[in-house]
Amino acid sequence: MEAGAQDHIVRFENVQKSYDGETLVVKNFNIDIDRGEFLTMLGPSGSGKTTCLMMLAGFEPATHGEIYLNGQPINNVPPHKRGIGMVFQNYALFPHMTVAENLAFPLKVRGMSKADSDAKVKRALEMVRLPQFGGRRPAQLSGGQQQRVAVARALVFEPDLVLMDEPLGALDKNLREEMQFEIKHIHESLGVSVVYVTHDQSEALTMSNRIAVFNDGIVQQLAAPEVLYEQPENSFVAQFIGENNKLSGTVTAVDGETAQVTLKSTGDKVAALAVNCGGKGDETLLSIRPERIIIGDENAPNKMSGKVVELIYLGDHIRCRMEVGDSNEFIVKVPNSHAHAALKVGEVTPVGWVTEDCRALDMI
Amino acid sequence: MSDTTAQSGPMLAADGTPLKVSLARALRRQKLRALMLIAPLFLFIVITFLAPIGDMLFRSVENAIVPDTLPETVAVLADWDASSEEAPGEDVFTALHADLLIAAEEKTHTRLGSRLNYEMPGISSLFRKSGRKVDDMTPGNYKEQFIAIDKDWGNVDVWRTIKRFSGDYTAGYFLASIDAKIGHDGFEFVDEDQRIYLFLLWRTIVLSVAITLTCTILGYPVAWILANLPLRYSNLLMILVLLPFWTSLLVRTSAWIVLLQQQGVINDTLVAIGLVDDLNRLELMHNQTGTIIAMTHILLPFMILPLYSVMKTVSPSYVRAAKSLGANDWTAFWKVYFPNTVPGIGAGAVLVFILAIGYYITPELVGGTSGIFISNRIAYHISSSLNWGLAAALGVVLLSMILILYWVYDKIVGIDNVKLG
Repeated sequence: MEAGAQDHIVRFENVQKSYDGETLVVKNFNIDIDRGEFLTMLGPSGSGKTTCLMMLAGFEPATHGEIYLNGQPINNVPPHKRGIGMVFQNYALFPHMTVAENLAFPLKVRGMSKADSDAKVKRALEMVRLPQFGGRRPAQLSGGQQQRVAVARALVFEPDLVLMDEPLGALDKNLREEMQFEIKHIHESLGVSVVYVTHDQSEALTMSNRIAVFNDGIVQQLAAPEVLYEQPENSFVAQFIGENNKLSGTVTAVDGETAQVTLKSTGDKVAALAVNCGGKGDETLLSIRPERIIIGDENAPNKMSGKVVELIYLGDHIRCRMEVGDSNEFIVKVPNSHAHAALKVGEVTPVGWVTEDCRALDMI
Repeated sequence: MSDTTAQSGPMLAADGTPLKVSLARALRRQKLRALMLIAPLFLFIVITFLAPIGDMLFRSVENAIVPDTLPETVAVLADWDASSEEAPGEDVFTALHADLLIAAEEKTHTRLGSRLNYEMPGISSLFRKSGRKVDDMTPGNYKEQFIAIDKDWGNVDVWRTIKRFSGDYTAGYFLASIDAKIGHDGFEFVDEDQRIYLFLLWRTIVLSVAITLTCTILGYPVAWILANLPLRYSNLLMILVLLPFWTSLLVRTSAWIVLLQQQGVINDTLVAIGLVDDLNRLELMHNQTGTIIAMTHILLPFMILPLYSVMKTVSPSYVRAAKSLGANDWTAFWKVYFPNTVPGIGAGAVLVFILAIGYYITPELVGGTSGIFISNRIAYHISSSLNWGLAAALGVVLLSMILILYWVYDKIVGIDNVKLG
């Protein structure tokens, strides 16, 4: 073990996983999770994120590679000896026990005395603001309440690490947002490490310290939320996180950090940050966030012309769908500010962007 | 949670009628249509099931044959003091003569004899003999003539029996079904060596419980595998579980005879591998062992199927959650998985037990004398001894025993805890 491994609570080293011996669900997964970190594994379904969580929890063996918990290899440690709290997708509250019995379960199997366990259960219920619900059965609780009980149960035995497998998937939108903050606050106040799995990118952006974006069994990018959003490393991340405009073109020159790109459809020559575009002659996909488009300014850099196809009034901003080049899904968010551009459907208007806001990425 | 406002009087619909009345009216058409749909089945069940069973069960108390065959005798006998040590007087015998004349004509006296023979052995032949000779009697002095035919007519016990069973209804069959009778001194159990039914009832319960237990123990792991295997394997296994249903019950029981008998497959194999001495072959059938083995096999699907359908609904994440919370495999199973399958065990146990307690064919074929059930006695009385009253009484006893056990089960486990899926 190299020095400093103790700072990481979890370490995946070259982990691979296959269920059928023919295809790899997880291809060479490496990650170091810091103590106290809130790390989210984000990705579409089937991308391997839940499999990684299950390997960490001990319910699935790794086909290859080693997983370390607190510096110790745990491939051969059964789940019940790992001491990892877990919140399941459908809560998995034991239906034949009351809420208090559910919470006392991990304490009881650890041989804790009744008095100690009662005190802890009481404190855990207060933490999730359900102090008077101890005597109820899970079925008598609403979805949000069950969710909180599940969180409390995963935390009541004071694990260092808590895993959450899409815990908010079954809740409606308002409740989900409320619970996101609640879980975040619990994480901050207790200082436990959390590994969180979700396919909902806004949930990931709201809650995490770092996000690992999964696709096709590979981590596409591992970074803090703002980095992921503003500096995506490849086209998948750019598409998956937030809204994104893409234009395809060919690189004509790379000059330091800037790439000159000729757009395929219109032949316009534009400049973009050379992030992941290869060299001269390679095809590239330009990625610009909708809120970074400059609209209606004849003097904008990288100017092109666009035709307004659709306008949607959203209060704080106006969502404008335009036809630019070969794309008629070019989205511009026009802020509803004092002197915003007044647009009409069918109008042709110049659009442009600052070179630093446009990233030249790989073709998908 | 929600605040309920106090109601004053019933809720009213818009036109002022009580809401309940209005609702009932609106639903009436639907209900009528639903009733029409089930009417054919309902009638079918009433005509082919409820009515015959009711009629059969009624025979357990019905006793009209005595007052119908000996109407005058019964009327006159009412004045006779049964506690006297003397046979009734001339008036009773006169009436008996009149009744028997008609009865002999209609040949109903032998049936009456058989009926009373259940209560007092020997009466059957008394009636048969007298019926033959009643035509030749001369008027007057009937008592002497009857006693001349058979001196039993002077036996007070014969007359006591006739008087005791002269009513339209009788508790005699029920008493017989619990090895009791109304003797000279009121309620008493029959002699020790004649008792059979209480013992048989007890044995039926004990064996049924044993069969239920073996079915649970053998069926639980199979149901678990069924519920947890990937679909293509579990379908195959399910077919294996259902296979017995596609084979005749008689064939399966006969197969067990082939396997279990002393010269059968199992014994031959054990002898061949030297586990059992050829002279000491195991007695695996014509005793309780045979009944338990064969019936466990036959009733096993009734345990597996409800268990399976309940286990299907138990999410595998429960066990995972238990393990992640620190429970080892056994604790996770015993404290989390098992309690969630109890409704399935309950449903399976009720099914198997109730089927077992009334089973007939299998104990008849492999049970010998020590492995037969109460239902075998019922069948005997229906088809061989023709004592349908006793058979009906035994049936009622069996039925009420099941209902009592069902009630006890409801009290202990709770019937709403039973789940078929």
